[in-house]
Amino acid sequence: MRFERITSTLIVLPIDNIDTDQIIPARFLKTTSREGLGEKLFHDWRYSKDGKAHSEFALSIARPGSRILLAGSNFGCGSSREHAPWALYDFGIRAVIAPSFADIFRANAAKNGILTVEVTREFAAFLLESQMRALGLEVTIDLQAQALSAGGITIEFPFDAFSRQCLLHGRDELDYLLSQMTEVEAYENAHAGS
Amino acid sequence: MEPQTLFDKIWQSHVVKEEPGCPAVLYVDLHLIHEVTSPQAFSDLRRRGLRVRRPDRTFATMDHSVQTNPTGAAREDAAATQQLRALSENCGKAGISLFEPGSEHHGIVHVIGPELGLTRPGATIVCGDSHTSTHGAFGALAFGIGTSEVAHVLATQCLLQRKPRTMDVRFTGKLRPWVSAKDMCLALTAKIGTGGATGHVIEYRGEAVDQLSVESRMTLCNMSIEAGARAGMVAPDEKCVDWLKGRPYSPRGLAWTDARKRWLALRSDRGANFDSHVRIDGSDIDAMITWGTTPAMAVAVGKPTPRPDDFATESERAAAAKALAYMGLKPGEPLTGRRISTVFIGSCTNGRIEDLRAAASLLRGRSVAPHVRMLVVPGSQQVLRQAEAEGLDGVFKAAGAQWRKPGCSMCIAMNGDQIAEGEYAVSTSNRNFEGRQGKGGRTFLASPLTATAAAITGRLTHPRELMQEVPCVLNA
Ligand code: SF4
Repeated sequence: MRFERITSTLIVLPIDNIDTDQIIPARFLKTTSREGLGEKLFHDWRYSKDGKAHSEFALSIARPGSRILLAGSNFGCGSSREHAPWALYDFGIRAVIAPSFADIFRANAAKNGILTVEVTREFAAFLLESQMRALGLEVTIDLQAQALSAGGITIEFPFDAFSRQCLLHGRDELDYLLSQMTEVEAYENAHAGS
Repeated sequence: MEPQTLFDKIWQSHVVKEEPGCPAVLYVDLHLIHEVTSPQAFSDLRRRGLRVRRPDRTFATMDHSVQTNPTGAAREDAAATQQLRALSENCGKAGISLFEPGSEHHGIVHVIGPELGLTRPGATIVCGDSHTSTHGAFGALAFGIGTSEVAHVLATQCLLQRKPRTMDVRFTGKLRPWVSAKDMCLALTAKIGTGGATGHVIEYRGEAVDQLSVESRMTLCNMSIEAGARAGMVAPDEKCVDWLKGRPYSPRGLAWTDARKRWLALRSDRGANFDSHVRIDGSDIDAMITWGTTPAMAVAVGKPTPRPDDFATESERAAAAKALAYMGLKPGEPLTGRRISTVFIGSCTNGRIEDLRAAASLLRGRSVAPHVRMLVVPGSQQVLRQAEAEGLDGVFKAAGAQWRKPGCSMCIAMNGDQIAEGEYAVSTSNRNFEGRQGKGGRTFLASPLTATAAAITGRLTHPRELMQEVPCVLNA
């Protein structure tokens, strides 16, 4: 999965502690593939009983083709299901901006080409206000520069150096691990029996 | 040498390699897998022409999507069946031991690991499941991973990890008779929040933790993730090590003597440095219950729901108002006395024999309120057997509760066991997120004692009220 730079309008869901059961409810986990989960993204918030999408829900309000989600703090808490980033990716989302992320979600997202952009609460509030004022606010996220620009302001965001390299070069972490097998064997030999 | 924490010691002894700028290559001693988070990992391996490196360190079970109805007529739906079949085939081809439903060692992944003696002090344990933290009760470093990482471990028996920070959580004092590890978890999460321990591995210490039974420590470590922690752990003591003696996969003979000695030496050195500290007076904790849609939204039983205005920040006020609306509760409303219609005893949090004993101790000679459906779901086949040997199933059935087969059941509601839209349930599981136990369902998380008290009265009830005449089963 590769990521360099995107420019997109926002999907706005400024709620804290959005858990993985909201991102993709458990009853949709009975799948053996990664595809097709975008339709189920935020299912129980998104659809009414008759299966129609609520017109006022964030995904419906957003400009079609929006690829960046703005969320509240501790995004992705709860279960380790990688179905959460799969559903986000399948829907078309390539980056999530939030004041903080749950650990497992952050790790899962990076492996699936989704950027977790951690910003201060104040900056998240600024983005939200700018979006309210001018629906269609464009946000640019540049991983090379670790910079986010919106409304004439550019900020830097932290990102794990190793994950960044993997995403910039479309490299898989498993390739790196596989290149370490001599050391792994040596470790196993030294620890045999324990 | 600088004093080290228990976590530091395990971490250090499992780092295979760490290059500058790269995460550590961490060796995994035990990899547990289940049907929901593994199929795509096996597909990854197939696509890349890789094989499972250490099938002998990999163990599988089916728990999330298996149905628990004992009548036998019920079957998993087509999607679940396909998922179960995929696990069976994947394990068969790779030579991985699989504990199938109905077999002697079947059960919820975090219940069977310890009871089989697969879980060991000082080990690194991972599973594609966030409650892997449970195994930390034995002084193991155990944490949940995503499916891509499941593939990494299958292929290399290693993971790439950045070293987490450490948190010292100290429960002082003596717990009251009706207070269990579940109440400690809820009290901690309410205090520090669902993100309070993000990026940290918790070590639980203090008098109240020392006094806990080994099973209660599993409950305590289980819910570490609900406070955002990577893992939770308790240093092994004699009680813990003896619990593992004679288990099917535990070392025997000389190997046992040797292991025992090593395990008992595993602890944080005096003066070891933790990145943060939390202190809770255990004697202050009361029976706890959640009122909202995160495990942090919890209060002592008997307290009213909070008023959103009581919260400090705008986002907390918004979250509280949203949660109360979802739960159909008013601000400042008393929770005690609220009518409920389902009670669920089970899950990897509270589905062990001790939990069933606690529930049975209240139910003996009493009945479940007529409007209440009570499910008792043992965490494993071993737990089921033990409960039946002690006659607990008889107590449950006589009281009008359903005695089910092992599985995750209503904890995750993807297997047929669920609550209806708008329905109120008291659950001993770990998550009260919106829809967690069924779309639109409303969950009150509580201990087995509190949940059982609600089953008997049909309303949220302080367990103390029903405990007067029964001997205390906890904290013995
Ligand atoms: S019982 Fe619940 S929390 Fe535990 S493994 Fe099963 S679904 Fe997950």
